Amino acid sequence: MSKTLVIAEHADGKLSAAISKTVAAASQIGGEVHVAVFAVDGAAVAAQAAQIAGVTKVLTVNNAANNHALAATLAPQVVELAKGYSHVLFPGTTFGKDLAPRVAAKLDVQQISDIMHVHSATSFDRPIYAGNAICTVEAPASQLVIGTVRLASFQAAAGGNSAPVEAASVTASLPTHTRFVSLAAQKSERPELQSANRVVSGGRALASSENFKIIYDLADKLKAGVGASRAAVDSGYVPNDMQVGQTGKIIAPELYIAIGISGAIQHLAGIKDARTIVAINKDSEAPIFEVADFGIVGDLFTLVPELTGKV
Amino acid sequence: MMKVLVSVKRSVDYNVRIQVKPDGSGVVTEGVKHSMNPFDEIAMEEAVRLKEKGNVTEIIAVTVGGAKNEETLRSALAFGADRAVHVKEEGEIQPLNAAKALAAVFRKEGAQLFIAGKQAIDDDASQTGQMIASLLDLPQATFASKVEIDGNKAIVTREIDAGLETLEIDLPAVITADLRLNEPRYLKLPDIMKAKKKPVDVQSFASLDVTPGAGLKITKTAAPPKRSKGIVVKTVDELVAALKAKGLV
Ligand SMILES: Cc1cc2nc3c(=O)[nH]c(=O)nc-3n(C[C@H](O)[C@H](O)[C@H](O)COP(=O)(O)OP(=O)(O)OC[C@H]3O[C@@H](n4cnc5c(N)ncnc54)[C@H](O)[C@@H]3O)c2cc1C
Repeated sequence: MSKTLVIAEHADGKLSAAISKTVAAASQIGGEVHVAVFAVDGAAVAAQAAQIAGVTKVLTVNNAANNHALAATLAPQVVELAKGYSHVLFPGTTFGKDLAPRVAAKLDVQQISDIMHVHSATSFDRPIYAGNAICTVEAPASQLVIGTVRLASFQAAAGGNSAPVEAASVTASLPTHTRFVSLAAQKSERPELQSANRVVSGGRALASSENFKIIYDLADKLKAGVGASRAAVDSGYVPNDMQVGQTGKIIAPELYIAIGISGAIQHLAGIKDARTIVAINKDSEAPIFEVADFGIVGDLFTLVPELTGKV
Repeated sequence: MMKVLVSVKRSVDYNVRIQVKPDGSGVVTEGVKHSMNPFDEIAMEEAVRLKEKGNVTEIIAVTVGGAKNEETLRSALAFGADRAVHVKEEGEIQPLNAAKALAAVFRKEGAQLFIAGKQAIDDDASQTGQMIASLLDLPQATFASKVEIDGNKAIVTREIDAGLETLEIDLPAVITADLRLNEPRYLKLPDIMKAKKKPVDVQSFASLDVTPGAGLKITKTAAPPKRSKGIVVKTVDELVAALKAKGLV
């Protein structure tokens, strides 16, 4: 019988939306699903995790050292807590990608990155080559399975549960060689990219951060999140956390509007699961049109304001 | 004396359109252009810049893989590595086994800094750097977009989902390079020529006392579901009508 431990990601007392999706993947494995909250005081986050359908227990590990989510500090605690579980799953966010391999190496198991489909307790699909191939991997049956979950592949588990919350004690000795200095986060009222129903993205063609205003205006009209291509981020038009693609965020909105984005394979890797893709580009040969459900060829500086006025 | 180790991987070039073999046994790599994994180029470039700044005295490039990986090591030497280590092992090498070999080389060399790419664009695993740090019980700063060495410490800015996080880590440590850490230089012919004469030390799992663990078995490789090409509309009105019909706006 499987018993899966999901490692919670949280900040400022709020559980990340990624965890409902990670739990959804864990539930497909079957058996018990526990969520572990490592925090200074995890009560508030644990209460949120307890509501997720499919969770059978929430464990809190309180420690002043858990003030910031540092992989080096969390890994020894996860390793200790992992005893007695058949699976440990992390969200496929920068938090999970940073931490999971550190845990896997300590436990001497290969990790399965970006689980996109659960065939059985030991068989999973994951993307390789920017999602241009999907491989099915089989983990050794006798070993603990450690994986990160590709969030765009799973629907968030419902709420309404009330799983029991317990304090767990962990005695691992924690290193002090890694210290948090600061976090520069953009505060935004817009929907978060990875859970937004609609996303509007701009590319190199925007040519400046001022011009990005037309992207924000359309997004606000649609109550959409805002993304960008690597070229737009590299050029400094928008911050790094807006990059969509193979090495940025992988998203699965109902509607994705790519504006002045050519559609390089690395960008497409991030939007393969979008339900409907719209492309606005002046080059009718741009590869983005190969995958767009609706395309319109023309100058974005006239088309986008017109669209904003008409939706 | 500060030695830095940089791991480099030979992978299918990022411009190649990947073809899945019809029998599901993998992707076509024969006759396909290969290059150094782009993130490893960034890692190499960073090491060279640290050396130019005087933070680093020696750069050692390391690869784990078959005979063909020597070309990748030669590129690393052309970038500015002083010497190279080739852990020569044919066949597929999973991240934990690569990490064990790389950690063994790090220990053997007594290096103070390990810089790896944040992921390789073939298997997209994004594990090796973190695993090396774990095996050696060293600090890690992944997805780095800025690195400053300050005596026995490094101040590293990381690209994370929430924005930019800055960490202070004690050396020795492992750093993984993200896209915006730097822009790798173009290799110049004289450097490529010079690289041919630089020393490459050949090792193996056995010579490094590494016992590769049980791996994941890849049972099938398939092409992803294809998105079909949609329609091109002429006017914004048509686009709005189409989106309304689907209930999207
Ligand atoms: C290792 C690696 C990882 C990468 N990871 C990512 C990633 O995660 N995400 C990502 O996005 N990229 C990534 N890239 C980069 C990717 O290869 C492309 O370079 C990038 O996506 C291009 O961005 P773009 O489409 O905005 O720019 P371009 O390719 O320059 O396209 C600009 C487009 O705008 C159109 N245009 C110009 N002016 C107008 C106008 N006035 N009106 C309408 N259209 C106009 C042009 O026709 C063109 O199609 C990666 C690359 C590498 C090597």
